[in-house]
Amino acid sequence: MNPPTSNQQGVSVQVRGLHKSFDGQEVLKGLDFDVQAGEIFVIMGPSGSGKTVLLKHLIGLEQPDAGDVLIQGQSIQSPEVMGRFRMAMVFQSGALLSSLTVGENVGLYLSEHRLMPASEIARIVAEKLEVVGLKGTEDKMPNELSGGMKKRVAIARALVIEPQLILYDEPTSELDPLSAVVVAEEILHLQERIRVTSLVVSHDRDLAFGVADRMAVINEGRILTIGTPEEVRRNPDPLVQQFLRADFKHSNERKEHEKHA
Amino acid sequence: MFQNVGEMLVLFFRTLAALPLAWRQRQKVADQFFEIGNASLLMVCILSFFIGSVIALQTGPLLVEHGLASYVGGVVGYSICRELAPVMMAILIAGRIGSSMAAEIGSMRVYQEIDALRTMNINPIHYLVLPRLIALSAALPLLVIFAILVGWLGGAFVCVANTRIEISFAAFLSALRDVVEISDVANGVFKSFVFAVIIGVVSCHQGLITRGGPRGIGRSVTKAVVNSIVLIVIFDYLLTRALQK
Repeated sequence: MNPPTSNQQGVSVQVRGLHKSFDGQEVLKGLDFDVQAGEIFVIMGPSGSGKTVLLKHLIGLEQPDAGDVLIQGQSIQSPEVMGRFRMAMVFQSGALLSSLTVGENVGLYLSEHRLMPASEIARIVAEKLEVVGLKGTEDKMPNELSGGMKKRVAIARALVIEPQLILYDEPTSELDPLSAVVVAEEILHLQERIRVTSLVVSHDRDLAFGVADRMAVINEGRILTIGTPEEVRRNPDPLVQQFLRADFKHSNERKEHEKHA
Repeated sequence: MFQNVGEMLVLFFRTLAALPLAWRQRQKVADQFFEIGNASLLMVCILSFFIGSVIALQTGPLLVEHGLASYVGGVVGYSICRELAPVMMAILIAGRIGSSMAAEIGSMRVYQEIDALRTMNINPIHYLVLPRLIALSAALPLLVIFAILVGWLGGAFVCVANTRIEISFAAFLSALRDVVEISDVANGVFKSFVFAVIIGVVSCHQGLITRGGPRGIGRSVTKAVVNSIVLIVIFDYLLTRALQK
């Protein structure tokens, strides 16, 4: 296992003909796309469109029925990939180990792989927690944290790895607007600092259009469009436009409008 | 069922293959070991004392009646160390520790903590199963040795106190020494080691294959305990047959 270094470059990702079914229901229907090294690629789509399942395939947590995911040209299913490239995933729920403290969770990768002495790990843990605005929470248990704080600890845990590929599953869900901005800035900062490749699954249009170099919109296991944020915004596909323009009209405004009508 | 057996065998052999990494996990092994001891020592003490007492109470008056008072210590000592202590303690540990292992690992599976480990290239077998299996395999035989001693004490107490038996403590001990050999104790301890491996593998396997929410965790816990007990009883017969004098 290679220790994290600050000059590590991101890795490219190729998805080739990815198919996946659960209990006879096809969730991914032959996805094909490339993500360039060092790029921020955002995947958007309605709930149940297969985004999280796709993300799990990209880090080897699910085996495809057909097709493959290539990391820097090497199949994710080959056993040496996980040891060769540093990858991290920020889960929607945080997925912190509930029996460990916040500090132990954040430093878990370094301590389990024995990459540094304990004092150095403690310093890095404190530094990463400060980055996500949770300075001094090392000794807290995950059940003492709010949903948003758990998400930020999970991001700190991913940052510790200094990954070449980082996958975010709904990174701003459950976060207040200020924390969401912090997370978005951290996604951009990480890309600038270590040229990490980032794949972000999100419903958050502000986040998606704010950070993406390129983006894809998927629906019912198929890609509707891929391109730069501008290209996607201009795509005439009614499903894409419906998803991008969906807006909640404030009930008071609506009532006012009805009254005038 | 056969798929489960196959998966448990794979889990067992993968854990065996990871044994050289055990030293790296020593802190977790120690934590698990003390947790098992803390959670079960008092229960083991109570259970084994009363098992010894009941065996003495059941067999003592009958043997005394037939003029075989000098055999009471031997019968109580022999049955406790070869059969009752290992089997009863294994069943107790399956219920007390196996269930908590299945629940803990099952909840980690359901709440994606195991997925998180895998994304950090941390093998869940090395991190979760190996320390638990080693700790249980060390703790259960020690608990059984303790249970044998307490069980003998319980038997001796009844023999001394019960007016229908009335055997002195020294006579009980002397009869026990005449019948029970060190190999009998070793036999019980060996059985308990096998039972510990069964409980560990079954419980960790059930935890790792947990699906669904809290109901799934509950199902895994029940299966872990029931399957462990069934396998303990089957292996008890096989081991008794294999280790017969």
